[in-house]
Amino acid sequence: MSADFLYLVEVILNGLMAGVMYSLVALGFVLIFKASGIFNYAQGVMALFAALTLVGIQTGQIPFAHLINAIFGTNVHHFGWQVPTLLAIAITVGVMVLFAILVERYVLHHLINQEPIILFMATIGLAYFMEGFGDIMWGSEIKTLDVGLPSGGSRWLEDYTLGWVAEGERYYGMYLDKLDMVASLVAIVLVVSLTIFSQYTKTGRALRAVADDHQAALSVGISLRTIWVIVWAIAGFVALVAGIMWGAKSGVQFSLSLIALKALPVLMLGGFTSIPGAIIGGLIIGVGEKVFEYSIGPLIGGATENWFAYVLALMFLVFRPQGLFGEKIIERV
Amino acid sequence: MTEPLQKMEAASKLLELKNIDLSFGGVKAISNISFDILEGEVRAIIGPNGAGKSSMLNVINGFYHPQQGEVWFDGKQRHAMKPYQIAYQGIARTFQNIALFKGMSVLDNIMTGRFTHMRKNMLWQALWKGPAEQEEIENREFVEHIIDFLEIQAIRKTPVGRLPYGLQKRVELGRALAAQPKMLLLDEPMAGMNVEEKEDMCRFILDVNDTFGTTIALIEHDMGVVMDIADRVVVLDYGRKIGDGTPDVIRNDQTVIDAYLGVSH
Repeated sequence: MSADFLYLVEVILNGLMAGVMYSLVALGFVLIFKASGIFNYAQGVMALFAALTLVGIQTGQIPFAHLINAIFGTNVHHFGWQVPTLLAIAITVGVMVLFAILVERYVLHHLINQEPIILFMATIGLAYFMEGFGDIMWGSEIKTLDVGLPSGGSRWLEDYTLGWVAEGERYYGMYLDKLDMVASLVAIVLVVSLTIFSQYTKTGRALRAVADDHQAALSVGISLRTIWVIVWAIAGFVALVAGIMWGAKSGVQFSLSLIALKALPVLMLGGFTSIPGAIIGGLIIGVGEKVFEYSIGPLIGGATENWFAYVLALMFLVFRPQGLFGEKIIERV
Repeated sequence: MTEPLQKMEAASKLLELKNIDLSFGGVKAISNISFDILEGEVRAIIGPNGAGKSSMLNVINGFYHPQQGEVWFDGKQRHAMKPYQIAYQGIARTFQNIALFKGMSVLDNIMTGRFTHMRKNMLWQALWKGPAEQEEIENREFVEHIIDFLEIQAIRKTPVGRLPYGLQKRVELGRALAAQPKMLLLDEPMAGMNVEEKEDMCRFILDVNDTFGTTIALIEHDMGVVMDIADRVVVLDYGRKIGDGTPDVIRNDQTVIDAYLGVSH
């Protein structure tokens, strides 16, 4: 095999794995949009908040330490213990469930039957609130997230692929990030289990029922409020997974909340209402931007990854506004 | 003719509405209406458009809370409750404009009707093992009976959005039946159907009533159908009750005839 071909394969594989990371974020949007028609602007901040909480719990940080110190003149920062990773994750899941309950009770419940745009505005407010709240609670410095995930390239793969190239060609082996590989596995497990849950369980059916018709759902005894709490809790859990992956990759910091912007083109491609759409949309964007950068990039000065996804999404908006897998909107006149 | 009368005397009241008043802002939808529904009967609610029939059904169903009056169900006075809680009381319904879960298969739609009968918690469901699996299988069996009963085996896996109107109405009936309700509310079950579909639907409604002993309250515009299948009929006009009795009594009631033929009020 020629080195050029192998390099293209490497670019595509890296694109696929980058795409999985986008899909993880997009998934949270789709879950909430499907069940309640709300475009949850706060999804990215939820990922940030979940990651902050996880790091905070893990390293034994005292919540609201700055506030406490400012008011009481104390100087406390840490409890002085380390919480095991799995326990810390479990507690963080609990925090996200609590968050879902609070959002339903104090935000969504008061906005029932409002226009989607009103709910969207409410989630913008929620995003800013959480951003500030996360800051007060855990501090704003950049933190490293260590949950024991592997990082760096896979040496084994590099050595292994080295032998594929004819002697004398310049080739250093294939580079794949181990963290990306783990993230891909996690994403696959997550999507498969979410799909099974929504297809074959009572609560899963109730989620789909509420997404289709509120009145009918009520008439068979489904409580909308409970379903919304469940949906937001699941979205919170997905946000935590995304937060862990992105946080482990690039540190837990404010810019983590901006990954939401990367999810937007994914959603436009895949459709706002389709879980498989979110995955495939993410993969297309991931591969598309890497291959574009690799092939066309050098001709036009590079850095195409910053805008490629948005241009692609724009083209989709023109030719197929409902996305690849979204429901076609037919309005009777 | 004597048969429904005997049925009435023997049965007790399943639902009783006393002096119900319902208004939306300044618009009075229902004023001072009282009637009852006996256990095991087919009770029709008829009236011209805008008479308050659907509002009445929504009061029974708990979607609307009347400003005045009492609702007695199954021997107890019912206080205002959340709409979803009514299903747990044993009331199931269908809607005037079909309200099915369009993206889901016929089977899944009818399975949602079993919602109130499935009590295993989320954790078991998430694990998809043990009690939750057992429960799923039992309820699935029950749903298969309903599917056989309604003769829709052939379309079990079809997404309901793709079905013709008449079949959708039948699936909706199936979902309501799956809840094994004490009382079934049907809002215009035959609207928009052709003669053949109407006959099928009539047969199913009577079969449900006979086989399961389910009490049925239905709204219908087709007078032929109403007079055929109802044990008793209540007639509404402009939010008031203007007639109540067996089909024969209603047929000859001058007030009812006036309302339908449009004599000035």
